[in-house]
Amino acid sequence: MQVSPDIVVLSVVLLPLLGAVLAPLLHHVMRAHAGWVLALIPAWGFVALYGLAPELAGGATLRVAWDWAPSWDLKLSFLIDGLSLTFGLAIAGVGAFVLLYSGSYLKGHVHQGRFLAYLLGFMAAMQGLVLADNLVALYLFWELTSVASFLLIGFDHSRQAARRAATQALVVTGIGGLALLAAGVGIALISGSWDLSGAAALKGLPAYPVLVVLVLLAAFTKSAQLPFHFWLPNAMEAPTPVSAYLHSATMVQAGVYLVARMTPHLGGEPMWNATLMLFGGATLLWGGVQAFRQTDLKQMLAQTTLASLGLLMLLLGAGSTLAITAAVLYFVAHALYKAAFFLVAGAIDHGTGTRDITVLGGLRDPMTLTFIAAIMAAIGMLGVPPLVGFFAKEEMYAAFAGGDPGAVLALVALIAGNALLGGVALVVLIRPFMGQLLPTPIAPHEASLAMLAGPLVMGIGGIALGFFPGIMGDQLVVPAVSAILGGAEAHPHFAIDPMSLAFWLSVATWVLAYIAFRYADAGRTLLRAGAARLSWSFDRGFDQAYFGLVRFAGWLTRVLHHGSLERYLIVVFIALGCAAAGPLWLMNGWPSFAVAWDATFYELGIMLVAVLGLALVVGARTRLMGILALGVQGAAVALLFLFYGAPDLGFTQFMVEIVSVVILALVMTRLNLDARDQRPLEDWARDGAVALFAGLSVTMLLFRVLEEPLSSLLPDFFDRTSLPLAHGRNVVNVILVDFRGLDTLGEIAVVFTAGLAVFALLRGAPKRVTPGEPQTEPPARPRRTRARKAAA
Amino acid sequence: MNTLIFRTIAPLLTTVMLVFSVFVLLRGHNEPGGGFIGGLIAAAAIAVYGIALGPNAARRAMRVNPLAVAGAGLVIAVLSGMLSLPFDLPFLTGLWGEWLGVSVSTPTAFDIGVYLVVFGTLSALALGLEGGEVE
Repeated sequence: MQVSPDIVVLSVVLLPLLGAVLAPLLHHVMRAHAGWVLALIPAWGFVALYGLAPELAGGATLRVAWDWAPSWDLKLSFLIDGLSLTFGLAIAGVGAFVLLYSGSYLKGHVHQGRFLAYLLGFMAAMQGLVLADNLVALYLFWELTSVASFLLIGFDHSRQAARRAATQALVVTGIGGLALLAAGVGIALISGSWDLSGAAALKGLPAYPVLVVLVLLAAFTKSAQLPFHFWLPNAMEAPTPVSAYLHSATMVQAGVYLVARMTPHLGGEPMWNATLMLFGGATLLWGGVQAFRQTDLKQMLAQTTLASLGLLMLLLGAGSTLAITAAVLYFVAHALYKAAFFLVAGAIDHGTGTRDITVLGGLRDPMTLTFIAAIMAAIGMLGVPPLVGFFAKEEMYAAFAGGDPGAVLALVALIAGNALLGGVALVVLIRPFMGQLLPTPIAPHEASLAMLAGPLVMGIGGIALGFFPGIMGDQLVVPAVSAILGGAEAHPHFAIDPMSLAFWLSVATWVLAYIAFRYADAGRTLLRAGAARLSWSFDRGFDQAYFGLVRFAGWLTRVLHHGSLERYLIVVFIALGCAAAGPLWLMNGWPSFAVAWDATFYELGIMLVAVLGLALVVGARTRLMGILALGVQGAAVALLFLFYGAPDLGFTQFMVEIVSVVILALVMTRLNLDARDQRPLEDWARDGAVALFAGLSVTMLLFRVLEEPLSSLLPDFFDRTSLPLAHGRNVVNVILVDFRGLDTLGEIAVVFTAGLAVFALLRGAPKRVTPGEPQTEPPARPRRTRARKAAA
Repeated sequence: MNTLIFRTIAPLLTTVMLVFSVFVLLRGHNEPGGGFIGGLIAAAAIAVYGIALGPNAARRAMRVNPLAVAGAGLVIAVLSGMLSLPFDLPFLTGLWGEWLGVSVSTPTAFDIGVYLVVFGTLSALALGLEGGEVE
């Protein structure tokens, strides 16, 4: 079926979003059957995407763009090529079965509708992520997947462990998200385009190492590579469909996708390749070994997901055509078998009430269909021919066979990792299903059709794809490799060749896997003893860093926000003094005091009044006296304004002084302050010094200002335009209510808000008000400076 | 301060101050004055009334919660700015016209908003500090 690309993008990104909105309503009406209906959305997305496959087979790319913010030259652009097609099909395909499964798995849960909505929201974000071409959109979808993951891990939010795991996942992936944002902005600045497809050549630029670090930080946190791997096992707190969908098949693959997507722009350099191979290889072995420490089915599978992600990073890091081909094949195989395995684990949990492999056994009879699904998943994980997993393994061994010492090292890591994964597959298959039937919390019963459909179909798919190399190779692998390597042509190898080295390496892997399975219990005892000896784990390290940050924030807040009004004022006035005197000092611009001194006698008289007022303030014996004296000083300043032709300013100053004195006096009585202000001498000296410093600094600045010629640009403009444009002769008022009306609107909003705050404080403490309370000044102050500005 | 003379004269003083504040507000566009100064004078008038006859008497005399007056002022200021929007002019663009022979304009309405905000906020502050029950 052929659908135009823009309809496809809308179908896979927008439709699930609509579905998310409707899911709770649908669940309200249909209850558990809502899963069947909602699964149609990704099913249609799958069909629509697959319809584009023939068009993309030749390595073509399709672009779809809508105007987003045209004024910033931002387009919501999407790009469909082989890479996004492969990921998109996995997201839609697995998503359909997971939705179906969830309908049955969470049957009767109060918040099932919400759960389905989260899943659909995640689906939209994930599809957007793999289709986005615009860097801003890429970042946005990336973060949305993190948010969806947070909501889904913490779905069972009454449990503390779930809440902690959700927060941890959000914090770790959030750090990576910020790195991605920085990388995206950097690429856009260098290229002059927000579209990744329009990115300039980045290799060789001085910024290249920074971009590599940022992109890899994003990819490693999202795809849970060492040392950020710890969040993924904890994320198993989520309901099982979430683990199958987000934390194995799709969301954690976002980092892999990012690395693949960036390979044409950043890949091929030693820094990129070596880092990826090193961290990928380490994660592969770590996950493979740690899986044997667990007894919980989901935990074991989670550790193997870590290993598989590491394996993919390793292959992408190798960068050769063979290695990339292997990576694409392995991604498809992994999505099929791992999601199926998780769903099987969920079915076991649902059917027996436990996931502990040490208490499960003999389920093959009561849960035959689940057993069949588990067999198909396990042989996919083991890479048995002719499954996709086998060909992926052959391809990756061929990629490293006969190379330099580094390649041999990688080959050894791959064989060891694959053997460990195979061992886990055998443990997870044989322990619960074979042997004697053991008693379980619930009498074992077969899962429903909705829960079995996914694992069975995915298992059959894994087998069938191996038989149809045309679909697998020509429609997915070749276009995807071409997209990752910028046009390189892959020749995936779909034959079982007993004469090749790779085949015998596979055989060796199976033998090693069997050995790992045989000694699984001994290995677990050993690993547990080792872990018990070691008191530190990465998980604990996260807690130390996290709570260390919280403690640091608390300390910083206490230092800056100590609550002592006295110290706040000292800081404010010292800062004021520095702001005024600092530039004069730094640029050596001290005033020369060469201002002509031609004051009249009445001006001198007013100045005398001001100075006397000041002396009264300093020498006042009682607080009331001080407040009144301050008013005298202010009134003198107001008079000066009047004489210098600023009647509005003088008028306002008078009123402000009067109201200030009244309100200050009221505050004093309200606070029941002593009539006298008794302070120790050292306080007095300290406050005096601060006051002198601030006052002298401002004076110096004002003298310096007077020595500069004043620009007449603004006064002339307002003189000229006030009457004709604003119909007003009072320039000050016209500025306030018309020319700069928006400023005034902001200011009265501040006045009102300050009033509300004071009102709340007064009501909160009817008798006594805390000393930190805002004084009457906030409403009056901004206006005074404002009026001065306007008059200048 | 609760002298008989003050208590007798305070209501008169308040009345005069309030009328004067409106006068100052309205002349503001062409002569010294304006919403801010007018609001300060009106608030001082209420403060005087409160000091003389008690904050509760002042509240009763005002009939409305002073903070509601301030809020109404903010709303008026915003609405006066929005009047220009239907004419496809930017927010806060001044409009002038004549209505029943009197010149009316949106800046005047805006200034009235400023007046009410300053008056309401400072009255609420003064009365709150003077004590009595705070609603």
